[in-house]
Amino acid sequence: MTNQSLPAIKFDKVSRHFGEVRAVDEADLEIRDGEFFSMLGPSGSGKTTCLRMIAGFDRPTSGHIFLYGQDVSNLPPYERDVNTVFQDYALFPHMTVAENIAYGLMVKNIAKPERVKRVDEMLELVQLSGFGGRKPSQLSGGQRQRVALARALVNHPKVLLLDEPLGALDLKLRQQMQVELKAIQKRVGITFIFVTHDQEEALTMSDRIALFNKGKIEQIGAPSEIYEHPASIFVANFVGTSNLVSGEVAKRITGADITFSVRPEKIHLGSVAENPPSDSYTTDGIVRDVVYLGLYTRYQVELDGGGDLVVVEQNLKTTSMDVLKIKDQRVRLYWNKEHISKMGA
Amino acid sequence: MPSKAYSGQNASWGLKIAAFAGLLFLHMPILIIFLYTLTPDETTYTFPLPGITFKWFGITLQRVDFWRAVTLSLQVAAIATVAALILGTLAAAAVYRSKFFGREAVSFLLVLPIALPGIVTGIALRTAIGSFDIDFSFWTIIIGHATFCVVVVYNNVLARFRRMQGSLIEASMDLGANSFQTFRYVVFPNIATALLAGGMLAFALSFDEVIVTTFTAGQQTTLPIWIFSQLSRPRDRPVTNVAAMFVMLITFLPIFFAQRISASSSDTDGETK
Repeated sequence: MTNQSLPAIKFDKVSRHFGEVRAVDEADLEIRDGEFFSMLGPSGSGKTTCLRMIAGFDRPTSGHIFLYGQDVSNLPPYERDVNTVFQDYALFPHMTVAENIAYGLMVKNIAKPERVKRVDEMLELVQLSGFGGRKPSQLSGGQRQRVALARALVNHPKVLLLDEPLGALDLKLRQQMQVELKAIQKRVGITFIFVTHDQEEALTMSDRIALFNKGKIEQIGAPSEIYEHPASIFVANFVGTSNLVSGEVAKRITGADITFSVRPEKIHLGSVAENPPSDSYTTDGIVRDVVYLGLYTRYQVELDGGGDLVVVEQNLKTTSMDVLKIKDQRVRLYWNKEHISKMGA
Repeated sequence: MPSKAYSGQNASWGLKIAAFAGLLFLHMPILIIFLYTLTPDETTYTFPLPGITFKWFGITLQRVDFWRAVTLSLQVAAIATVAALILGTLAAAAVYRSKFFGREAVSFLLVLPIALPGIVTGIALRTAIGSFDIDFSFWTIIIGHATFCVVVVYNNVLARFRRMQGSLIEASMDLGANSFQTFRYVVFPNIATALLAGGMLAFALSFDEVIVTTFTAGQQTTLPIWIFSQLSRPRDRPVTNVAAMFVMLITFLPIFFAQRISASSSDTDGETK
């Protein structure tokens, strides 16, 4: 994006142990300047610990963290050019919205006129002009969220950390804030690091995603890469739904002794009379279950010779009457060979 | 600022009378003392009063020993309160912020002096101070008072800390404030009313303390002890009554304001959910 070639954040074999627990275990990571980077994973996977180490609330047990080339591993939070949007917002209850936003500027002794100007800019950026005089207790959840964002961004940090900031909002507001966050990030051009356990949120917003599991990073990549080519069974299961095929069944379908995953929507479900294209894997079976979901239908197919596959097809021309007729019918399943992801053995 | 947000139903007459009788029972003796500050008859409590006079106020205010006792009590209460504010806040911060071995025990031991009978605390302090060969003085009185004043501040401040969002301190550091700035701009404003309420209560407790003081004082006479010693002089009875009224006023006002502060701050503070 800019001419800075250094990574915004670099993890060099970073570990954080709490007694016996390896919250983060030898993580290597590079986050590029100006990107929207998500750390995704179930709770307890180490993503929040990583964020806290970048912020300075926690120190690595071993390894180093670099912020644009500078080793910040042991700097206190107030000596790092990094700001955080907290999960519970952490707005100062005794201060007004404007005072909250001006806080970072005040403790750095920035002159009052400059402070007022920058606070006004921020209020406008988060669409809260005119709310400066209110107390946080007089705001709605979504508004508090925006204040927290403004309070962090006003300091022009090199990196902005967001710790599940949308967790407390209802679904509608959440989706709206996702779009808005992304737009704000584009506008200010600051590197955002976003921690979430919501895979859909990560897929929607991120330039790249790191998938955490048990203190280790399972995969780093663009959302499409992670979705289309999950590198491990964990990734295939955590992001979207997948058919995991291994052992005898996999051998019968592909002719090789591998474990692979295939997304349900990639599989074509046709009649046994159909001739699949030559670059496909194919297998026959009987439809055991049909769930009509309006936009699409989910079929569970029992394969000849064992194994199950879930298939999802959009209801482009079919109605619920049509799809339900397929139950207990013999069908032929096939999908492009490129759509499988091989897993490590 | 929800005033009378909840009015409730009117209480029944029976309940009203019972409540009034209860209050009367509690406060009648105090009113009697007030009444007899005005009697011209100096040795006996006769009712109705033989007349009304304000001369005892003048006589009391001219007594040098009375003023010495008042000054001593005010000094002791002030210094004990300051010590309690500092130690109580530090203890509360330690117990709230960090987990260490024996944290619960420390918390319990801090609260214990207020539950312990004053006479036990008093004897224990006297023995301890005596065995260190320290002379009983102004400062030993303060040490005695601090044992229970610290608790009051500690409890108030700890309760406030627990109500405060833990991430506020991290947020402040994150935004560039060092520890000192964080205390000044974030922690202190959030616990200020708890400190004021705890401090006033500590002051009032110290000001009218008798039992522990009798064990830890040397030749000094605090106001309550002065009053106590006056009781053996029947001729000074109205003077004693005036002094008692004085003590009541000085302790009543801080407690009254402490309550007001606690009540109003629970309406306005820490409501970011």
